[in-house]
Amino acid sequence: MNAQAKFPSPYELKAPKGAEGWRDLYPYYALFQNERREGDEKQFWFCDAQHWPTPFRPFDTIMADFAVKCLGQYNTRHLLVPPANGVDYRIHNGYLYLSPIAVAPEKIPERVPHFLERAGFYFQNWNKLLDNWHVKVRGVIDALEALRYEPLPDMVPKEWVLEGRGLDNTYYLLENYESALRLCYKAWQYHFEFLNLGYAAYLDFFGFCKEQFPNVPDQAIARMVQGIDVDLFRPDDELKKLAHLAIETGVDAALMSGSVEQALGAVAALPKGKQWLEAWTAAQNPWFNFTSGNGFYSSDKYWIEHLYIPLGYLRNYIVQLRKGITIERPTVQVAAERERITKEYAELLNKEMRPVFEQKLGLARTVFPYVENHNFYIEHWSLGVFWRKMRELNRLFIAAGFWSDPEGLFFLSRNEVRDALWDYCCAWAVGGVPTGPHFWPQRIAQRRKTMDALAEHRPEPALNEPPEVVTEPFTIMLWGITTDRVSAWLKGPTDSSRLEGMAASPGVVEGLARVIRSPDELDQIQDGEILVAPVTAPSWAPVFSKISATVTDIGGMMSHAAIVCREYGLPAVTATGSASAVIKTGQRLRVDGTAGTVEVLAN
Amino acid sequence: MGVQDSDRYVVAFEQASNHDVSLIGGKCAGLASLMAAGAMVPPGFAVTTRAYLETLTARNLASEIRTRIEAVTEQDVGAQANVACEIQNLIRSEPISNRIADAIRFGYESLCARVSCDLPVAVRSSGTSEDMPDASFAGQGDTYLWTVGANAVVDRVRDCWASLFTARAMAYRGKHNLVHLDQAMAVGVQQMVDARAAGVAMSLDPSNGDRSKIVIESVWGLGEPLVSGQATPDYIVVDKVLLEPIKRVVASKPTELVADIANQTTVLREVEEARRNVASLTEPQIRAVARIVKAVERSFGAPQDVEWAIDPRRTEDEGVVLLQCRPETVWSRKACSPVASKSYAPGIEGVLSTLMAPLASRKH
Repeated sequence: MNAQAKFPSPYELKAPKGAEGWRDLYPYYALFQNERREGDEKQFWFCDAQHWPTPFRPFDTIMADFAVKCLGQYNTRHLLVPPANGVDYRIHNGYLYLSPIAVAPEKIPERVPHFLERAGFYFQNWNKLLDNWHVKVRGVIDALEALRYEPLPDMVPKEWVLEGRGLDNTYYLLENYESALRLCYKAWQYHFEFLNLGYAAYLDFFGFCKEQFPNVPDQAIARMVQGIDVDLFRPDDELKKLAHLAIETGVDAALMSGSVEQALGAVAALPKGKQWLEAWTAAQNPWFNFTSGNGFYSSDKYWIEHLYIPLGYLRNYIVQLRKGITIERPTVQVAAERERITKEYAELLNKEMRPVFEQKLGLARTVFPYVENHNFYIEHWSLGVFWRKMRELNRLFIAAGFWSDPEGLFFLSRNEVRDALWDYCCAWAVGGVPTGPHFWPQRIAQRRKTMDALAEHRPEPALNEPPEVVTEPFTIMLWGITTDRVSAWLKGPTDSSRLEGMAASPGVVEGLARVIRSPDELDQIQDGEILVAPVTAPSWAPVFSKISATVTDIGGMMSHAAIVCREYGLPAVTATGSASAVIKTGQRLRVDGTAGTVEVLAN
Repeated sequence: MGVQDSDRYVVAFEQASNHDVSLIGGKCAGLASLMAAGAMVPPGFAVTTRAYLETLTARNLASEIRTRIEAVTEQDVGAQANVACEIQNLIRSEPISNRIADAIRFGYESLCARVSCDLPVAVRSSGTSEDMPDASFAGQGDTYLWTVGANAVVDRVRDCWASLFTARAMAYRGKHNLVHLDQAMAVGVQQMVDARAAGVAMSLDPSNGDRSKIVIESVWGLGEPLVSGQATPDYIVVDKVLLEPIKRVVASKPTELVADIANQTTVLREVEEARRNVASLTEPQIRAVARIVKAVERSFGAPQDVEWAIDPRRTEDEGVVLLQCRPETVWSRKACSPVASKSYAPGIEGVLSTLMAPLASRKH
């Protein structure tokens, strides 16, 4: 890479038009500040568009804060991963930029014994510790569910007075807000308790395979490790079961039309309707705690709060079943194929390497289910409940006249929400009038405009001068950011009719493109179309039975699109950088998931 | 084997699976076992070593040859070349006995009856010492392509026999202490494929011995310019387990060798602009070649080196037919996992060393 080849400095990039005030939306510590320009410009920052593909609202900064901090704490303070600390972060123009922090070479040796002891303990006791992890996470979820955000009453309840409690309702309201933040924080700490180790063990097996079988496709390694019965697929599997049951119990016709209420009402009137409705309700907890996004945004729609989403998928499955189409994932074939691939690679090794392969594969298979499943328990379930509770709090503010914007709360930072809550509580206590209703509506409206302007703007893929070689293991594994990828970004797109990305799931398919930018657009997808999106989420699983291939802007071998496509046997090309911007709905594409290329054949 | 007289001199490939190399030569035995392994091979027959040996004895050729060989020393290269020339002329000028010539004509007519009349065939030497895993002796005997007609086939068979005594072949035997007259020659007669694309494939990566790969080289038209090193082929690396192409380098292919059946020959012609820089194999064809090579390797239990062609008249297996197969000779003698023999730490120590030496920095 020559000296000129670098990305722009954040200090020289202008705010997008109409978003001049964007810096007011985010906390000071997460911004590029002039006072530390010299240091910030020495670092290479890449945009984490994989997790934050669109600009995030002020309140949603909580997820970036917690995710980055909790990722870092395990590398830096719990496990003392010898060469790697955490990743530093900055918010720029509404997007999140990351920069891994290496450990100074002279400090590495002293971390080794600590790492071996601490990480070694986790690897040795993986399943036992993981069982306990599930208990801890359920504790967080139950505590979140128990939180209440109710309007303050005119009077403190008589019982509280008569029992001599000496506290009012604001005490609990304020505490419950702090509890929600604290529980969200706890969930994020648990999120990373096993994750870095899981990736590290996977990476170890990955590196072994790459040395023994030079240039072995990444997806071959992924397919040897990837689980079959993954909790992340359960919500989709539940819908398939409900579709079968609907046909068996004869409620399928009733389900097919009208709103959710109309359809469920029609089912209830049928002889076996009760049986089906019981199954429908039973599936919801926990499996409908499933977001159509990735859990990081307040705009995410969770199935359990938007039943029309799972109902829409369910209807599609019913249609397919009536046509005699098999809707189940080919799990038996996937499992058999996984064993065949593993056996054939193992047979290529000599006597010395064979046991090493078995051992490393064994460890990777032990730890990898966590890498796949944590997503459901944290992002979908725990964060789903957290967002639901914050929407409850938002409704309280709306009822109290603070704003009328249905999502107003999320245009405040979490600290501003604390202030607004104080404003509300204090005014209630003194019998006066809160400032919020005068203060917030116009600010929320202004911030909405700023957010809209930010969303019009595509982020720089990276900032400042890149390193000669990307060596940071987590950067490569989690974000798919390699030396080659960075070079490709610097070159920019050369030919807009041909895109290159990661060969994430094999096969070649031609078909019409359907560009989807938000989960709300998923119902536009027609059978056989090629899904083109900035990034996909696990909860999009039901559409994978309709599409013929997937192309994403972002994501590595272990991204959701890659995993789900391999599961469904569909070609996928990820990390194209710009497919969702370059490709238009209706264009005829040729997707080669084996070579990692996408060609636009015709408009 | 049947009882007909012709059976002593010619054997159809598909009936030859049990014949040993000493009767039909390495090349034909390879084709016969390929067929037995279930691979699609253009039909043909072997003119057995018996035909060659009987011709030598019947006409007293053997002693004439021996006399000439003994007259010169191995060091005298010029005299060797003259002797080689003389012996070849001797063989070419001797008429073949009617019994043998009839058997060859019968073999050719049977082939025509199966495929089509005036069938162009390849007439190839199938020596008993070439194509063996212990001595890479490929390409030493002659090959005559696009031969049409029974009499022409008989003449070409005799030419193949003569090619056992080229100066090069004689020098090779001298170097390896092989007795010249102990080397018997069989000849393969096989239907020509007017290939759309052709090439070679190995069931390992010859650059590093990696057995998890299949390497394919491919050109437009017939494969001879590739085999003789006169054309730069497309280069494809396929993962043997997934059967997925993982590397493709498309070469510029300005010319291609195609059949000129009327003149019983081939012509090198210009490839039209639009096709020059286009991959000569489609993805399904790549997969079919790889699948067949993998199956053949498995059937033979050792890495293989094959020549294949795309027969535009066939539909099954994407038209892929195998023309030749021989054991790979370079890496096969080495240990099973030649690629990396460093030691790996188990468990947490392994994870640690991976974190300490990230992947990207290992790629050089």
